[in-house]
Amino acid sequence: MEREKVIEVEGLVKKFGSFVANDHLTFDVFRGEIFGFLGANGAGKTTAIRILCGLSRPTSGKVIVAGIDANRPEEIKKRIGYMSQRFSLYDDLTVRENIELYGGIYGMTMKEIRPRTEELLNRLIFSQYGNTLIGSLPLGIKQKLAFAVAVFHDPEIVFLDEPTSGVDPITRRQFWEMIYETAARDITVFVTTHYMDEAEYCDRVTIMNEGRIVALDTPSALREKYDSSSIEELFVKIARPKTETA
Amino acid sequence: MKRFLAFVKKEFLHIFRDYRTLIILFALPAAQILIFGYAVRTDITNAGIAILDNAHDEVSSELALKLEASEFFTIKAYLTSYDEIDAAFKKGKIEEVVIFPEDLAARLQREGNATVSIIADGSEPNTASLVTGYTTAILNDYSASLLQRLNTSTPVINPEVRMYFNPNLKSHFMFVPGVITLILILVCALMTSVTIVREKEFGTMEVLLVSPLKPWQIIVGKVAPYFFLSLINVIVILLMAWFVFGLPVRGSIALLIAECMLYILMALSLGILISTLVNKMENAIIVSFIGLMLPTLLLSGFIFPIENMPKGYDYFSMILPARWFVEIIRSVMIKGAGFVYVWKETLILAVMTLFFIVLSARKFKVRLEEGSK
Repeated sequence: MEREKVIEVEGLVKKFGSFVANDHLTFDVFRGEIFGFLGANGAGKTTAIRILCGLSRPTSGKVIVAGIDANRPEEIKKRIGYMSQRFSLYDDLTVRENIELYGGIYGMTMKEIRPRTEELLNRLIFSQYGNTLIGSLPLGIKQKLAFAVAVFHDPEIVFLDEPTSGVDPITRRQFWEMIYETAARDITVFVTTHYMDEAEYCDRVTIMNEGRIVALDTPSALREKYDSSSIEELFVKIARPKTETA
Repeated sequence: MKRFLAFVKKEFLHIFRDYRTLIILFALPAAQILIFGYAVRTDITNAGIAILDNAHDEVSSELALKLEASEFFTIKAYLTSYDEIDAAFKKGKIEEVVIFPEDLAARLQREGNATVSIIADGSEPNTASLVTGYTTAILNDYSASLLQRLNTSTPVINPEVRMYFNPNLKSHFMFVPGVITLILILVCALMTSVTIVREKEFGTMEVLLVSPLKPWQIIVGKVAPYFFLSLINVIVILLMAWFVFGLPVRGSIALLIAECMLYILMALSLGILISTLVNKMENAIIVSFIGLMLPTLLLSGFIFPIENMPKGYDYFSMILPARWFVEIIRSVMIKGAGFVYVWKETLILAVMTLFFIVLSARKFKVRLEEGSK
C-alpha cells in the first residue's frame, strides 16, 4: 500500500548568486515518519530546512509541504512546528505563558489552550513548574518543554534543527522518547542532527554533502550497503568534505 | 488578529517583568525633568531680531544700524504695527523685537530721555536673557555717545525689557519640550531596537518567523506596546510640568499629542532600522546612544541654542528630526502656536518619518531573505 507523502521534493535547487547550496534534491517524507537529515556544516541542510519551513523560496524545483506548494509559505507555516538548536522559549515568561503565547500565535483559542496545557504539564510531570519562569529551569527541562511547545498545536510536521546539541545523554534519551511518542500521534518528525548515534533512531536517514543528497535509506539498509558497522562510520566514508581530505 | 494579540500580550509581559525597562520608562522621565530644571548658559551670535520703528528718524535708524552692525544680531524683519509682534515670535525666526517710540529723536531733544522697549521670547530663557542683555548694552553705549556728541548731560535712552510667553523667565519651561524629545528617542528607538535584537540574539526570532505570524505583525507587535507606553509617558511628563512647575500647555493639547505621535512613529522606525543593522544588544545600545541620544541632546537646540552653533553644526542639526520636534512642541506648549505656525516643521518631520519607515521596512525584508544569521 502506498504511504501518504507529507513532504514531496523534486529537483529542488537553491542558488545564492553562483553558489549552489542545494543541487537537485529529490526525496519524499511519509506521514508519521522520523526522517533524519545528516550532513557536515555547510552541506546545505539549513538551506533545505529553511525552504521546507517557508522561510526561503526555492530557485527551481517542486517542493510540497503538508500538501502546500513552497510558493505559498504562509499556508505551510500554519501546518508545521519548528524547534531550533538555539533555545526558543522566553526566559522571562512562565511555562504557562510560553505555552499560551505559542498556542495563540498558531491560532488556538484560550479554551483549547487551557486544558491542553494542564494535560501537557501532567504528562511531562512538570505540573509544579507551571508558573515558574523558564529562565530558572534546568536546560534539560527547558529543551523538552520547547519540543512540547513546538508540537502543541498538533502540526502535520515538526522540524527539529539540531534539537539535542548541548544536552546531556539522559535528557537526550528522554527527548528521543518524546519524538517517538510524537511520531506515534502521526506527526511527522523531520530532524537534523550532529549526533550519529541519533541517526540510528530515525526511520530513514538522508546524508547530504556539498549540496547533494548522497545517501537516503533506512539506517540498517545504509549500513549494509556501505558495509559499515555504524552510521558514523559510513558518514565518514561518504560525506567527508573536500576541505578535510585536502 | 488573535495571533497578533497573543504576541502583543507577550511583549507587555516582557516589559512589565523587567524592572530595568520600567525604570527607564517611568522613573527616568521624572528624574530628567527635575535634573534639567537647571539651565545651561550660552552665548549669542547673530540672533534674529525684528524692529518696530514708530519713529523713522535719524536716531531710530542709527540705532537699528548699530544693532545690525554688531555681531550679535541680524535684523530679520521690520514690523509696522504692534499686532505683528505675536505672529513674528510664533514664526520662530526672531529672538526679540526692539520697539522705537514715536518721535524718538524729537523727544530726546525735548525731554532729554526716551524709552526703547525690548521684548524677548521668554520660552527660551537662556537666549532671552542673553539677547536682552546685549541689546541693553548696545543702547547704553549709543546713549553715551549721544551725550558726548550733543555735549549735554541730559539725553538718555531707557531700555525697557519685557518677556513674551514666559514673563518670569522660568528656565524649566524650555526643558520640558527637551525632556519629551529625549525620552521619546530613548524609549522608542533605543528600547525597541534592543527588544528586537534580543529576539535575534536569543534565537526566538527564528521561531517567530517560522510561525504563521507575518513579518510585519512581528515588528508591529513588538513596537506597539512602546507606542502606547510612550504616549502615556508624554502625558505623565505634561502633567508633571503642570503640577510641579506650573507650566500649562498653552496651545492645543490634541495638536501636541498628534505631533508627539508623529515623532514616536519616527523614533520607532529608527529603532527598527537600528535593529536591522546590528546583531547584539550592546551594539544596539551603543548605536542608539551615539547615533541618536547624543545628537538629540547636543544639537537639537534643547540645551544649546541653534543660532549659536558654528555653521557646520547648524546645518547638521537640520537633518535631526529632534531639532524640528523641539521647535514644534516649544511653539505649541509655550507660545500656544496653532498648526499654521508649525506646519512646515511638521511636514519636515512627516517626510523624515516616512523615509525611515520605508527604509527600515526594506532593510528588514532584505534581512529576512538573507537569513536570520
